[in-house]
Amino acid sequence: MINIDIKKRLHGSLGEMSLSVKVGIKEGEFVALSGKSGSGKSTFLRILAGLESANGSIDVSSNVWLNHKRSLAPQKREIGYVFQDYALFPNMSVEENLLFVSKDRALAKHLLEVTELTDLSKRMPNTLSGGQQQRVSMCRALMKRPKLLLMDEPLSALDPSMRTKLQNEILKLHKEFNTTTIMVSHDPSEIYRLASRVLVLDQGELVDDGEPKDILLKTQGSQKFSFEGELLNIRRVDVIYIAIIAIGQQLVEVVVSSSEAKELKVGHRVRVSTKAFAPMVL
Amino acid sequence: MIEILNTLEFTPFLLSFKLASITTIILFIISLPLAWYLSQTKSRLKAFIEAVTALPIVLPPSVLGFYILWAFSQNSPLGVFFEDTFGTSLAFSFTGLIVASCFYSLPFMVQPLQGGFEALNKNMLEASYISGKSKFQTIMRVALPNMKPALLTATIVTFAHTVGEFGVVLMVGGSIPNETKVASVAIYEMVEVMDYNSAHIYSLLMLIMSFMVLLSVYMFNQKHSHRVGIR
Repeated sequence: MINIDIKKRLHGSLGEMSLSVKVGIKEGEFVALSGKSGSGKSTFLRILAGLESANGSIDVSSNVWLNHKRSLAPQKREIGYVFQDYALFPNMSVEENLLFVSKDRALAKHLLEVTELTDLSKRMPNTLSGGQQQRVSMCRALMKRPKLLLMDEPLSALDPSMRTKLQNEILKLHKEFNTTTIMVSHDPSEIYRLASRVLVLDQGELVDDGEPKDILLKTQGSQKFSFEGELLNIRRVDVIYIAIIAIGQQLVEVVVSSSEAKELKVGHRVRVSTKAFAPMVL
Repeated sequence: MIEILNTLEFTPFLLSFKLASITTIILFIISLPLAWYLSQTKSRLKAFIEAVTALPIVLPPSVLGFYILWAFSQNSPLGVFFEDTFGTSLAFSFTGLIVASCFYSLPFMVQPLQGGFEALNKNMLEASYISGKSKFQTIMRVALPNMKPALLTATIVTFAHTVGEFGVVLMVGGSIPNETKVASVAIYEMVEVMDYNSAHIYSLLMLIMSFMVLLSVYMFNQKHSHRVGIR
């Protein structure tokens, strides 16, 4: 069990705010950490890693990492950390990056095999693609067999097809090592696929905590479909109004009544939902 | 021409290079922890230390030379201490020149190193800490190998700058043959006694060597930054 109860004053983009999180995480759990940018997600991860100071306590399976008396150095905490920019050591080959953490050659060989990097083990990081660098970074983080694996938007810099592939690899490694994992992510499909629990931060406060389907699914009651999008334009066609809404990467047209059209403002976040119809999934 | 070269005294050149080599090594060892501290600290002392280290760039060499000479003399505790402990004065000695050069060339070592440390990806250093490596291990195995252009600039420029110094060495060292008469001082004396032939040869040698040194630094840095893609 990992018990976290931390407080820290932050100077966010919206001025002073207080990061205050109290949460217990079971061993082996895969937790996704979500929330708007500037809500304190990365800082939370950095505090867990010992890279930033905070008040409060962190206990990891009855080892004290942080309390009012002491704060364990990052070197002493048994963590793996996957940075958003991977942060590989450019002066070392793929293999050396892994062995730098621990001299466990058998583990390095195994990790490289699982992630299909064996052929690239002598290559330097700068000669690798983003996806390959990401995998090296994952392997490096696991070289210490960490108690806690922290990932700060590990897949955000990759294209969608590479994301899906690496999500499967993350899942495979998580199952094999059974490492408690906290991953910052904005991508609902990624969270749904990987995580067993979602924490949502807003302005430094924990505002939601539960299973991905309960938190991510936006439908309520008898709604069948519900999408959140941005209202781009409303135009009048004869007696009706047509709203153009961007949902994800797609634009849709929705008919709205004149009274609805008066309340809506271009640029607003809106929810498009429908009830009682049988969709076709092709 | 050959005849002139044969009769020419090369000891001042050797002294210059000996002085520059020793100064560079000492400064590298001193500056590494100092530059690391300056690159990582958020302390208010940072600005103060940076200002002190940069002083030799703006001070006239005569001011620096005067203070160093005074510190070496019997009028200062340091001078008295040296006289009592080693039975010799630092003023007008080769050892004194080394001490003076270390002060004079300090910013040329510290500033590129600090810049090199600051340009490193912070996440990369943190990844090393998380891997269980101490600060010292991180500096030696992660930081330094990834800032080769900064290392080269710092050492070469410090070396070249020490070879090229004149005012401070003249004041602190005087012009004792085989002891403190370095190349730049020798040229000054040749001009004074109107030995223009020797002055020409010495000056030309200095010019060519300095140019070659700088050219090689810039060529290396250009090549290196292309290869590694330093941001």
